[in-house]
Amino acid sequence: MKKLGKLYMLLVLLFLYVPIFVLIVFSFNETKSRSVFSGFTLDWYARLFHNRIIISSLINTIIIAVAASVVSTVLGTFAAIGINSMRKVPKAIVMNVTNMPIINPEIVTGVSLMLLFVFFAARMNLEFGFVTLIIAHITFDVPYVILNVMPKFNQMDPHLYEAAQDLGCSPLRAFRKVVLPEIMPGVISGFLMSFTYSLDDFVVSYFTSGSTSQTLPITIYSMTRRKVSPEINALSTLIFVAVVIVLIIKNAIENKAAKKSGTYKGD
Amino acid sequence: MKKKIFSVLMVTLIGMGIFTGCGSSAEDIGEEEETSAQTLTVSDPDYYTRFKGKGLSINVYNWGEYISDGADEGTLDVNKEFEELTGIKVNYTNYATNEELYAKLKGGAASYDVIIPSDYMISKMIKEGMVQKIDLDNIPNYSYIMDNFRNLEYDPGNEYSVPYTWGTVAIIYDTTVVDIDEEDIDWDILWNEDYANQILMFDNPRDAFAIAELMLGYSLNTENEKELKAAAELLKEQKHIVQGYVMDEVFDKMGSGDALIAPYYTGDAVTILEDNEDLALVIPKSGTNRFIDAMCIPASAKQKEAAEMYINFMCEPDIAYANIDYICYGTPHTAAFDMLDEEVQNDPAIYPDDDFINDKTTVFVNLSDDANLIMQNLWTEMKSAEDENSNRYFVPIFLIICVLIIIFVLVRRHIKSKKDIF
Amino acid sequence: MKLKYFSAPYLVWMIIFILVPLIMIAYFAFTNDGGSFTIKYVSDVGQYANIFVRSIWLSLIATALCLIIAYPVAFILSRMEKHKQGTMLMIVMLPMWMNFLLRTYAWMTLLGNNGIINHILGLVGLGPYKLINTSAAVVLGMVYNYLPFMILPLYSVMEKIDKSLFEAASDLGCSSASTLFRVVIPLSVPGITSGITMVFVPAISTFIISRMLGGGSNLLIGDLIEMQFLGNAYNPHLGAAISLVLMVIILVIMTVMNQFDPDDQVLM
Repeated sequence: MKKLGKLYMLLVLLFLYVPIFVLIVFSFNETKSRSVFSGFTLDWYARLFHNRIIISSLINTIIIAVAASVVSTVLGTFAAIGINSMRKVPKAIVMNVTNMPIINPEIVTGVSLMLLFVFFAARMNLEFGFVTLIIAHITFDVPYVILNVMPKFNQMDPHLYEAAQDLGCSPLRAFRKVVLPEIMPGVISGFLMSFTYSLDDFVVSYFTSGSTSQTLPITIYSMTRRKVSPEINALSTLIFVAVVIVLIIKNAIENKAAKKSGTYKGD
Repeated sequence: MKKKIFSVLMVTLIGMGIFTGCGSSAEDIGEEEETSAQTLTVSDPDYYTRFKGKGLSINVYNWGEYISDGADEGTLDVNKEFEELTGIKVNYTNYATNEELYAKLKGGAASYDVIIPSDYMISKMIKEGMVQKIDLDNIPNYSYIMDNFRNLEYDPGNEYSVPYTWGTVAIIYDTTVVDIDEEDIDWDILWNEDYANQILMFDNPRDAFAIAELMLGYSLNTENEKELKAAAELLKEQKHIVQGYVMDEVFDKMGSGDALIAPYYTGDAVTILEDNEDLALVIPKSGTNRFIDAMCIPASAKQKEAAEMYINFMCEPDIAYANIDYICYGTPHTAAFDMLDEEVQNDPAIYPDDDFINDKTTVFVNLSDDANLIMQNLWTEMKSAEDENSNRYFVPIFLIICVLIIIFVLVRRHIKSKKDIF
Repeated sequence: MKLKYFSAPYLVWMIIFILVPLIMIAYFAFTNDGGSFTIKYVSDVGQYANIFVRSIWLSLIATALCLIIAYPVAFILSRMEKHKQGTMLMIVMLPMWMNFLLRTYAWMTLLGNNGIINHILGLVGLGPYKLINTSAAVVLGMVYNYLPFMILPLYSVMEKIDKSLFEAASDLGCSSASTLFRVVIPLSVPGITSGITMVFVPAISTFIISRMLGGGSNLLIGDLIEMQFLGNAYNPHLGAAISLVLMVIILVIMTVMNQFDPDDQVLM
C-alpha cells in the first residue's frame, strides 16, 4: 500500500513537472525545433536580455506589483480593523462584497473594471495604463489582505485595545503597541499573497492595461500568439529558477521560525 | 511648403552584415555585404529633432510581425532608431486582426497615435469618425508613394491614410505531402479530406468568409444574407478537417511542420517559407483577396504631430526598405521598391503581374452594419458548432453525473442520520 | 476615534471598484447603444447555449478529474510525517508559481502534431495523433493548471483529521474501504466543496486554455466574452449580458456547493 502511494505521488509529480522540464531543456536547444534536441546553446538567454519589450514589461510588472501590494496592504489592514468592530449585519454585508472579487471569475472582474475605466476615461482625463492597472490590482488584492488579517482579530482579546486606552495610551499609541503586533503575521502573509497575485495576474491586466504599459504576462501572451522563439523557454527557465529560490528561502525561514516556536505550521 | 534643403544624417548601426531578406537565401549573400555596416539616412534631420527633450511618447498599434524589429541579426530596429533620432518614446503593441484593432479602439480602453488597419477597416473607421485627417504637409515623404496607391476607394482624397504595404492571400502548403501540381492547387484544397487535421484556417470572419465566397463564386463584398449563409455553411463543412483557427500562430505551426496547408497573407507566407524549405506557396488562379494596409491616426490620438512624424519616418526610403525587406510584403513606396533585389521585384508571389491583379483580385470594401452583424453571428455560430461525435454521448453522461451527485447526497444524509442516532 | 471608521477608505474603494463595476455590467447588459432599456442582449445569449453547455461540460469533467487525481495526493500528503509534509507540499505546489501562460504554452509544445509526444510515439511507430486543438487538450490544460487548487483545500482539511480516528475505526471493525467512506470522505467534505468551486470557477471562465490548446474551435464562455470586448466581434452589451449569465451560473453552483458544507465557512 505504501509503495503504491509512493508510485502514485511520483506519477502525479511527473505530470506536474515534465512539461516544465521540457520547456527548460529546449531553452538550451540550438535550433527552434521543439521536438528534436540538436545542440547546446545559451543564445536564447542572450537574446532575451536584449529584448527591450520583455525587459520593460518586467520592470512594469514589478512596479505595479509593489505599488498595488503596498497600497492594498495598508488599505486592507485598516479595513480589517474597522470591519472587525462593526456590528453583525453590516459586517456580513461588507464581507460578502469583499469576497466578490475572489469568487467572481477573473474575466468578469476584468471586464467590469474595464467598463468602469472606459466610463471614467470618457468623462475625465483618465488614461489606461499604470493608473488603471494599479487600481485594478489593488481591487483584487485587498480582499486577500482582509481575509488574512481578519482571523488574527479572533485570536486577540477584544478588550486589550480599550484597556490600553484606559491606562492612558492615546488611540494611535494603543493601536501601535497593542493591535499591530497581534495582527502582524496576517498583514505580512496578506502582503506576500497580494504581491504574488499581482506579479502573476494576466486576465485582469489584459482588460485594463491600455496601450502603454504591458505587464510581463501580457507580453508572454502576445509572444505565444506570434512567431514563437525559444526566448520564451529561456524566460520560463529563469522564472522557474527564481520561484525555486524564493520558495527555498521562504521554507527555510518558516522552518527556523517553527523550530523557535516549537510548533509547525503548514501552508 | 516648408521643404528645407535635405541634409544628410548618417546613423551607424550596431548591427552589421547578414541580411535576411526575402528571396535572397543565405548563400546569395556576398562577402562585401557581410562586412559593410547597414546605415540609415534620413532626409531633413531638423524635422525629426524638433520634439527632442520634451519627453513625448506615442502609442503605436501594429499587426504582429509587421515591422523590422531587429530580431534577426543585422536588421534594423525601426522603433529604436526612431526613438534615438527624435527623442520620442514609442510604446509599440500588436494586434492580430482588423476586428481586434477596431474593438480595442472603439471600446475606448486604450488610446493610440498610429494604427495600421486594412482598406475596408479604414473606410469603416472614417465613416464612424474614428480616425482623423492627416496633415500631408507634415509628411513630406508622402511623395514617395506610388501613384496607383493614391486616391483609392477606401480613402478617396488621401486625407486619412498613408499606405504602408499591400499583398494578397495565398495558400502555403507542404510539398512533401501535397501531391497536387502547383497549377491545380486552388481553394478547394482547404476542403480536401485527404489532409484532414493538417489544415489551418484564418481566425477572423472577413478573411475566412472571403475564401468560402471565392469557392462559391460570390463577390468578396457580398451583403446578400443568403450568400453569407451559404459561405458559413461551407465553412462549417470544413470545420471537422481544420486543425485550428489561427492568425500569427501560423508562423509557428507551418514553420515547424505541425500543419501542412494554410491560407495566409503573402508577405508572411514568404517569411514562413524561409524557415521551412519543404513549403511552397501558391496564389490560386481562380482569384484572391488583395489588401492594402495603411497608417492612420485615430481621432483620439494625443500626439498628432509626433504621430505624423512617425508616419513620415516609416516612409523614409531606408526605413521603408528595411521594413519591406524584413516583412516581405509588397511596397507602395517607390524608393523602397527600387532598392529591392531584382529577384524580389520580379517575385510573382509578392508582386503578381498587373493583369492578374486587375482581373482576379478583389479589395474588400466596408460592409453595411447589418451585413457585418450577420457575418459576425454566422462566424461565432460556426466556431461554436459542436463536433458531430461529441453530441451523442453528452446528454447520457450528464445524466449519469447528476445521478451520482444525487446518490452522493443521499448517502451523506444516510450517514448523517445514523450519526444522529448515536 | 472609533475603530470602525478605519474601514471608511476601504468602503469607499469597495463601492467604487467592486460594486459599481458589477452594476455597470448589469447596466450594459440591459441597455443598447443609445442607453435605453432592452432585454435583446440577454435573450441573445440563448443563441450561444451550446457554448455554455460545452463550457459547463468541459469544466465539470476537468473538476471531476482534478478531484479524482487530487484526493489520493492530499490523503498521502496528510499521512506523511510532519516534517516531510511541508517540503512535499512545496514540491507539489511549486509548478503553480510559474506563470500559467507558460505552463499552458508548455503543453502546446508537447501536444503539437510535431511535438514531443507524437515524436516519441513516432519512434515506436505510432501516430501521429491529433492531440492539440481538441476538447481533450482543453480539459488536460484545465486539469494541469487547476490541480493544485484542488489539492490544497483537500490537504488542509485532511491534515486536521485526528489520526486516532483511523485506529478507532479499525478497532471497531471497519475495513479500510469503509474507513475511507465512513470517516475520511465525510470529514473532508468542506475540502471537497471548496476544491470544486476553486477549480470549477476558473475552468468555466478561462479563455487562454481554450485558445492555446483548443485551436479556436473549442470556444468557451470566456472566449465568447473576450471576443465581445477585445476580439473579433465587438459588442460590449452582449459581452456584459454573457458575463451576467456566467455570474448567475456560478452563483447557483456556489449555493449548491454550500448545501454540502456543514459549517458556513468562507471559501478560500
